[in-house]
Amino acid sequence: MSLKLERVNDFVVKFANVNGSGSASANELFARSILRMGVPVSPRNIFPSNIQGLPTWYEVRISEAGRLGCRGGVDLMVAMNPQTWTEDVAGIEPGGYLLYDSTKPLPPSQFREDVHVIGVPLTELCNSVYTDPRQRQLFKNILYVGVLSALLDIDVKEIERLVGEQYRGKDALIGPNLEALKLGRDYALSHFDCPIGLKVRRSKALGDRIFIDGNSAAALGCVYGGATVAAWYPITPSSSLAEAFGRYCGQYRVDPETGKNRYAIVQAEDELASIGMVIGAAWNGARAFTATSGPGISLMTEFLGLAYFAEIPAVIFDVQRGGPSTGMPTRTQQADVLACAYASHGDTKHVLLFPEDPRECFEFAARALDLADRLQTPVFVLSDLDIGMNERVCEPLGWDDSHRMDRGKVLGFEELESGKEFGRYLDVDGDGIPYRTYPGSHPARGAFFTRGTTKDRYARYSEEGPVYVDNMERLIKKFETAKSLLPQPEERRAERPARLGAIYYGSTSPAMLEALGALQSQGIALDLLRVRGFPFHERVAKFVAEHDEVFVVEQNRDGQLRVLLMNECGIDPAKLVPVLHYDGAPITARFIVREIAERASLARVTPLRKSTP
Amino acid sequence: MTYLAKPKLHHPKLPVNRLGYTRRDYEGAVSTLCAGCGHDSISAAIVQACFELDLPPHRIAKLSGIGCSSKTPTYFLGNSHGFNSVHGRMPSVLTGANLANRELIYLGVSGDGDSASIGLGQFAHSMRRGVNMTYIVENNGVYGLTKGQFSATADKGSKSKRGAVNNDSAIDLVTLAIQLGAGFVGRGFSGDKAQLVPLIKAAIEYPGAAFIDCISPCIAFNNHAGSTKSFDYVRAHNEAVNRLDFIPAGGEITMQAAPGSLSEVPMPDGSVLRLRRLSEDHDPTDRTAALNYLRQREAQGEIVTGLLYLDPEPDDLHAHLHTVPAPLNRLGDAELCPGSAALERINAALR
Ligand SMILES: Cc1ncc(C[n+]2csc(CCOP(=O)(O)OP(=O)(O)O)c2C)c(N)n1
Ligand code: SF4
Ligand SMILES: [Mg+2]
Repeated sequence: MSLKLERVNDFVVKFANVNGSGSASANELFARSILRMGVPVSPRNIFPSNIQGLPTWYEVRISEAGRLGCRGGVDLMVAMNPQTWTEDVAGIEPGGYLLYDSTKPLPPSQFREDVHVIGVPLTELCNSVYTDPRQRQLFKNILYVGVLSALLDIDVKEIERLVGEQYRGKDALIGPNLEALKLGRDYALSHFDCPIGLKVRRSKALGDRIFIDGNSAAALGCVYGGATVAAWYPITPSSSLAEAFGRYCGQYRVDPETGKNRYAIVQAEDELASIGMVIGAAWNGARAFTATSGPGISLMTEFLGLAYFAEIPAVIFDVQRGGPSTGMPTRTQQADVLACAYASHGDTKHVLLFPEDPRECFEFAARALDLADRLQTPVFVLSDLDIGMNERVCEPLGWDDSHRMDRGKVLGFEELESGKEFGRYLDVDGDGIPYRTYPGSHPARGAFFTRGTTKDRYARYSEEGPVYVDNMERLIKKFETAKSLLPQPEERRAERPARLGAIYYGSTSPAMLEALGALQSQGIALDLLRVRGFPFHERVAKFVAEHDEVFVVEQNRDGQLRVLLMNECGIDPAKLVPVLHYDGAPITARFIVREIAERASLARVTPLRKSTP
Repeated sequence: MTYLAKPKLHHPKLPVNRLGYTRRDYEGAVSTLCAGCGHDSISAAIVQACFELDLPPHRIAKLSGIGCSSKTPTYFLGNSHGFNSVHGRMPSVLTGANLANRELIYLGVSGDGDSASIGLGQFAHSMRRGVNMTYIVENNGVYGLTKGQFSATADKGSKSKRGAVNNDSAIDLVTLAIQLGAGFVGRGFSGDKAQLVPLIKAAIEYPGAAFIDCISPCIAFNNHAGSTKSFDYVRAHNEAVNRLDFIPAGGEITMQAAPGSLSEVPMPDGSVLRLRRLSEDHDPTDRTAALNYLRQREAQGEIVTGLLYLDPEPDDLHAHLHTVPAPLNRLGDAELCPGSAALERINAALR
């Protein structure tokens, strides 16, 4: 065997485990210990829709350069699941490493010539020390973390510190965990030449960045943004958002004197009820949100139409996953873009925000609450499983203490008392956004009846055509107003003028940025635009106009953002080249580079052919 | 069709309540329902109940689903905020509204199609959550607004106007509400205002989930021979178990003498429910007994009306959620946002 991967702070380790075997916390311990050494990591859970018994994987990309996208390929495979052995071994890069439990000998045919095999009798070691079956299982996981610490030269002190933090208050558990760690480490040190070719080296690359999952960050954004009512129905991958909101509220929203809650969370009977509660609460002046995924959005669509037409704020987090309940419920996609943009009956369009990482999940959550109040309409925050459920290295969360909740155009008692004219659907300011009142504000003024579109500017019942059209035109004006209020697109220009551009959004960011570097080194100049909101800012159409061809990079089959661009900006479809990744795994830089490089070289050939007579 | 405002000319001699409002101040726009529709009588009873309870109209929020019944909030309480939501989903909208501001009075109006067919789930869950509200189903056994199809409360064997026979078992919302944990459950008849007005008053004052199933004949599609929700049928089979008076806290106690034994049920706020029992074998504070009684009487072909079940120790969703006494919609930045210093600590813990 010739090739041997030699890498420092730049490799991928993948763990193959069985769901429910307690591997998750050991794997996380591994990832965190590298972070504590100042080296950025990006871990990803790949798990089945199952509680116990099916295969799960945990993939950790270690990258001092801060490449946080999914890379593709594995440099060190920790193969703990016999069920998936064959595919796990096959996924290792040539010259890579395989760590496995060598308690039971395996025939040579089970291995690969071009992979370095590291066998540790984990089960045997474990059974020699522990008698309780559950302990044997759990400590086997810690044992391989110990082995890895030696193989990769991870500072064991960091792991020990993390164990101490994890079991603070349950001190009896600390000793046995450290023991298992040592057992594995010592075995590796005395049996192998440590470190192997892959090595972690202490670094300052991480800086002050934090490590958090998007759902927790979004929940925190809801706390900071002043949400008081949350209604939800459990669905992967969104449940942890609502659960985190409950946890943070328990810490930050309890009246210190009375112990009473400054929030209300209801686990509703379904998504219809969740969104109904959100709409009822927002109609009545509270900030409210729900968190769901694709199938939940489907159930909410009737209510979303009502909220659009009746102009009621609502914030909906759609943590996207693959399709139906028996689709790819635990895999990531960006496939609800159109379902959310045009959710419901009649002529409806909705405001969408696309966070790229947990930091933006936090920022956009708080911002969505302001926008929903300002625009009096549903606002969707479209994240996905990849950023929602995986912890990600990102800039620290920031908050400006001078920020005040923007409650939008609300007439209170004083304004009503002063005789200010009130027409619930009257466009007073010319921006399409009317004024509203909260129920109970004034004894004689400001009451109105909320219904869909059978109403005039003063919320009086009307089924007349011109009155309907008048209202619908104002709603479009309001949608135009939204463009200037949403987070603006981010552009990144190539060093020299580029005739090619790429548009991307959401969790595609790290893969796209990594791809950009690789494409540059292949001589392909590419301008980038990251869409952060819908309706699109005018700069989006301008960006397309400035380029001959624009790749639209997305994680769905049908090029949903591309459709939205064509539809809303009147762009010639021929100019928008779809780059689509939708197998349920996160998009990789390798994929983007391959797709774009191929297209770009084709494009380069075309003019040559044209010039030949 | 456009909105018809009622002339607001008040007769100088119209009686006023303690807040100085006349009955007119509790009315809404002119009804566009069929003349003689039972639903209009229920609207009138709601107006009367709110007037008599001296409620400030703007402190009431009225919410409904979709149907002729759900249109009625336009026709009463014109100075209250109203919300005509979507079919079968009023309970969730009301629940959310209630969470946002616990200080208002919530009135949910629905139909039998709205609550027993498409919205059975939301009906059930709002009852079991104990949302503080008065939930009235205007029950005519048909879909009025879509012209006469059977609803899920239509009795098995009853005949539609076009002659079709209903083969499906009827859902009895009153039984369900009691089983699901509603604190106050009554049944009224749109044609018996003397019983209905005090029932609505007591329900409004009840600090928990109060449900009233009000039989309300649809004269367009369900008032023919063969219907079990027609005026004639209900009049012939109505078995009132009690007549009640509701005496608000500190209110003057006036009672007309009436037959039957009298029992007083004190409410937590000091008000008193006086039940004149017409039937000696019905104890409304015993859930199991109430359910048994309903079954027995129904087996006799009787439609039992009155206050059927009352939990004397009411509870509500806000109590379950331990929310602060102030309405959540009034909390400001200082109470809601933990600020940048706390965020710095959070960041530090995430490294
Ligand atoms: C989702 C949906 N499906 C169907 C309808 C049509 N629809 C309107 S009212 C109604 C039935 C109403 O029946 P009920 O609640 O008994 O009210 P009633 O008119 O009898 O008072 C139906 C089916 C609708 N509005 N929405
Ligand atoms: S159709 Fe029936 S329920 Fe509807 S308004 Fe007419 S009588 Fe009333
Ligand atoms: Mg009906």
